[in-house]
Amino acid sequence: MTDEPLLRVSALSKFYGSRVGCDNVSFDLWPGEVLAVVGESGSGKTTLLNCLSTRLLPSSGTASYRMRDGQFRELYRMSEAERRFLMRTDWGFVHQNPADGLRMTVSAGANVGERLMAVGDRHYGKIRATAVDWLSRVEIDEDRIDDEPRAFSGGMRQRLQIARNLVTGPRLVFMDEPTGGLDVSVQARLLDLLRGLVTDLGLAAIVVTHDLAVARLLSQRMMVMKDGRVIESGLTDRVLDDPRAPYTQLLVSSILQV
Amino acid sequence: MATPLVVSDVAKSFTMHLRDGIKLPVVAGVSFSIRAGECTVLGGPSGAGKSSILKMLYGNYAVDEGQIIVSHDDGLIDLATASPRTVLAVRRQTIGYVSQFLRTVPRVPALDVVAEPLVERGEDREGARDKARALLAQLNLPEKLWALPPATFSGGEQQRVNIARGFITEHPILLLDEPTASLDARNRDVVIELIAGKKTAGVAFLGIFHDHDVREAVADRIIDVTVFAPGKIAA
Repeated sequence: MTDEPLLRVSALSKFYGSRVGCDNVSFDLWPGEVLAVVGESGSGKTTLLNCLSTRLLPSSGTASYRMRDGQFRELYRMSEAERRFLMRTDWGFVHQNPADGLRMTVSAGANVGERLMAVGDRHYGKIRATAVDWLSRVEIDEDRIDDEPRAFSGGMRQRLQIARNLVTGPRLVFMDEPTGGLDVSVQARLLDLLRGLVTDLGLAAIVVTHDLAVARLLSQRMMVMKDGRVIESGLTDRVLDDPRAPYTQLLVSSILQV
Repeated sequence: MATPLVVSDVAKSFTMHLRDGIKLPVVAGVSFSIRAGECTVLGGPSGAGKSSILKMLYGNYAVDEGQIIVSHDDGLIDLATASPRTVLAVRRQTIGYVSQFLRTVPRVPALDVVAEPLVERGEDREGARDKARALLAQLNLPEKLWALPPATFSGGEQQRVNIARGFITEHPILLLDEPTASLDARNRDVVIELIAGKKTAGVAFLGIFHDHDVREAVADRIIDVTVFAPGKIAA
């Protein structure tokens, strides 16, 4: 309980001209915690995710990250090269569309192995063994290792993207609608897989989703965004069982019961 | 006996913004404490706010007013104002909750559903599974079901998985929301036994039991929730 957060975000805002992307967002994220960011399209959740992962620079505000040496570093003051290194080693980013996070024309094994080489692994046999291990952890058969992801189904591509991201042992993973666009049965399998991996590896994750069921299953904490602002936040089951803000009540009451 | 949980002057209402902002008061002036080694039962008709009180104590419902003080980690914490992170730590170590219904996760076998709270508390998976097996056997859940996800189980079978999951840890406080609602007489007796065993070990229970026989068997004290009806406080 006395340990420090992994990420501290303070008054983060991003404006596109006069249009608001996200406005004055602050929170702390601790190791092992999964934070869901929910809201409808255009609520600013993806802008927030892109600012946090330094794919976008914010208009104002700060975000500091606790590096492996225990020192906090201000993300937006790092050099481009330092940020890229962080992204390759200590972070993962799982895109909604696997084609954005994978190289579609190299083999599945190379997609996983490439991240290992980026952190300095050079031994081919070891890289391949690790790739096989990770493919099996995301339930892809070993005999598919030399196939290109182009030949994979949507669900398999998404699992491959997850393996590619987790192989370097990141401490923080960003996910943008990780189950969007997948069939319900494929979604359930992927969610279960993600849930297991996050628990086993003690990952911290920030998951952007418009699906409240996904948020309930994956996250302990939740932020609800509307028009770029965080309008409600708290424990995931508190926000879903006892929504306080009018907009959150609307979202929760709009869930279809099966 | 020690008093691990004290509730004072707690009030709760729901504001329905989608219904022109009408305010539904649920309870007000809720004050009581529970003691180690005792089972305190919340009594009163449906709609009196019994489940709402349990949900506030577990952090599922926000608290409008008052304090919920719990002994946690050699200190005292007010759950009414605690941060999400603190509430999660209290749930992990101090307060367990057995709800009426099991929220199932696709594909996770019953055995692991039961073992999970121990794994989260840092026990190794095999040791946790052994304890889960023992509990599921005690609750007469057929062994052939253990490796299956509980989504397709009957109501009574799911409830036994849920009870095993709630009773596997050594939380000093356990909240029970009708844990025996869909059980037959034999399994009700097992639950009564389990509660008695934990009481001897010093666990403080707060429960809702509509089943008269179970209530008679486990209750040390009954708190009538109707005295916390929102109208009464002004009188």
